[in-house]
Amino acid sequence: MAHITLKDVSKTYSGSAHSAVSGVDIAIQDGEFIVLVGPSGCGKSTLLRMVAGLEAISGGQVHIGDRLVNDLDPAERDIAMVFQNYALYPHMTVRDNMAYGLKNRGASRQELAQRVQEAATLLELGPYLDRKPRALSGGQRQRVAMGRAIVRQPAAFLFDEPLSNLDAKLRVTMRMEIRKLQKRLGTTALYVTHDQLEAMTLADRLVVLNGGQIEQIGAPLEVYRTPASTFVASFIGAPAMSLLDAHVESGRLVLAGHQVARVHAGDGPLTLGLRAEDLRIAPQGLPMDVEFIEELGAQRVVYGLVDGQRLAVVETGAKSISQRVHIAIDPQRLHLFDTVSGRRRDIVVEQQIPSHAHL
Amino acid sequence: MKPFDHLVLILGVIFLCLPVVMALMSSTHAAIDIHTNGLSLLPGGDAMATYGKVLTHRGGFTGDVTGLLMLRNSLILGLGFAIGKIVLSMMAAYALVYFRFRFATALFWMIFTTLLLPLEVRIMPSYQVMAQLHLLNTYSGLIIPLLASATGTFFFRQFFRSVPDELLEAARIDGAGPVKFFIDILIPLSKTMMSAIFIIMFIYGWNQYLWPLLMTTDESFYTLMRGIKSILQVWIGSQIPDYNEAFALAVLAMIPPVAVVVVFQRMFIKGLTESDK
Ligand SMILES: Nc1ncnc2c1ncn2[C@@H]1O[C@H](COP(=O)(O)OP(=O)(O)OP(=O)(O)O)[C@@H](O)[C@H]1O
Ligand SMILES: [Mg+2]
Repeated sequence: MAHITLKDVSKTYSGSAHSAVSGVDIAIQDGEFIVLVGPSGCGKSTLLRMVAGLEAISGGQVHIGDRLVNDLDPAERDIAMVFQNYALYPHMTVRDNMAYGLKNRGASRQELAQRVQEAATLLELGPYLDRKPRALSGGQRQRVAMGRAIVRQPAAFLFDEPLSNLDAKLRVTMRMEIRKLQKRLGTTALYVTHDQLEAMTLADRLVVLNGGQIEQIGAPLEVYRTPASTFVASFIGAPAMSLLDAHVESGRLVLAGHQVARVHAGDGPLTLGLRAEDLRIAPQGLPMDVEFIEELGAQRVVYGLVDGQRLAVVETGAKSISQRVHIAIDPQRLHLFDTVSGRRRDIVVEQQIPSHAHL
Repeated sequence: MKPFDHLVLILGVIFLCLPVVMALMSSTHAAIDIHTNGLSLLPGGDAMATYGKVLTHRGGFTGDVTGLLMLRNSLILGLGFAIGKIVLSMMAAYALVYFRFRFATALFWMIFTTLLLPLEVRIMPSYQVMAQLHLLNTYSGLIIPLLASATGTFFFRQFFRSVPDELLEAARIDGAGPVKFFIDILIPLSKTMMSAIFIIMFIYGWNQYLWPLLMTTDESFYTLMRGIKSILQVWIGSQIPDYNEAFALAVLAMIPPVAVVVVFQRMFIKGLTESDK
């Protein structure tokens, strides 16, 4: 159990011109569940592997607990890792797989047996202790990999996409199990995924990475409600937030010739972000040409074009939808971003204006 | 089509088995019998006498060489080759695959190109080195110069490269150093590969003829291969060669390699079906 501190951590692979990770600062509290999320190739695994000690750190410092671990071997860092392909030792039984790390640390036979038994009970692996990994299902192997991590009682768990080899249903179950287990053990966890839903449901705090740099750190809801950039806005949440080109004209936010809200900002272009569930189909408002409809059962997502720009609206009713609909926008629920940098602009939006008046 | 398929297969089996059966059967006849009636497909009555004589009769110039001694020498050679080559080539492959050092690839290709050179090419210099080291007429001298194995190194290298990196990483996190990882993880995983190479190398060692002929002048180092040859050499004289004994020795010479193949192929197949990659 320990806090983990990353200070200005960077990584440049030898033979590569640009850095895979740069300037990463994260302060992880003791017992916290941190999820690193981002698109493929954004450097999540690289960052995790630097914490694990499997990849040399090019710059910056990593502390686990109060120890600077930059130059320590993985075994000395007091961490345990769960790999995407589980990386179980194929020739060892489940019991030996779980015991191997402890055995190498010179634990007594009695302590070994006891800890393995505890972990096996916790993970309901009792009946499989004498099987080889090949005789287990994917989900069971996943649990053995977890078992191997918790037997050691490390300072931190590191997970690299541990659920991505499982089918969708099992993934949801395992997700909950991991979360419960981590809370119960109170061990600090660093978890890598590219699945934003997994990230949202697991994390105490999310770290959104883009191109090797941190875009935003925050609690899932905070990141969801106030994305720090257009990148985060479009990455977190499904369907993705619609981003549209708008501009400010003498205190009025204008989209496709319609006044959307009154804002306290100078004239000029802005990017307007709208979450599908914040929008409603209304008798009047922003006109949208419906392109296609995604039926999800409980709700449907209506995709359409507003003045040539893609917009998604969540609709719960069952009534049929005409080709041309009108969209009502709640001025309290819109996100404004700088058009050039993509960063969030904290612009004061005024309360309800009389109507979506035509200009 | 079915009967025809079977016919072809049966002919193939006969073609392959007949010489072996013939050798086995002929070895149970008396030499004079073979000389007058030719090879035989039916058992004769001299089996016990012939095999007993072959195994225990003291022959050679010194009168010390028995079939058993030759059998033992051949076994030492076969086992020494197989085990030595596996140990050496596994360690070489381990270094090449898992340790980053300069010119590793160049070194590997240097080893690999020696595959192209047969033993006969370097047999004279090897002999000279062994002579200078005073290792003629020793088991070490017989075995050590042939231990470096490009084939074995190549196979183990390819195998190690197919082992997922995550396994090494998991082991590192579990606190296994280079030696532990090799012993605890790689060696058990290589069982299949090891048994395959054991089969090949045992037979390679067992069948060595030219090298022992050159390296040993002391008769107590005679191998079965040389024994068979020396029985047939009598041909030059006026005697009838001891065909039956030559056949009996040949049969004896066949048994250990066949046993090795049978035992290790079972392990080999078991390993193939067990590995889950
Ligand atoms: N061993 C390596 N040598 C050179 N470049 C590498 C190496 N490993 C990763 N990279 C590069 O570093 C960047 C980050 O890779 P990383 O594996 O951390 O991505 P990731 O976020 O884990 O992606 P994914 O979700 O696909 O696993 C990528 O551009 C990748 O090409
Ligand atoms: Mg990755």
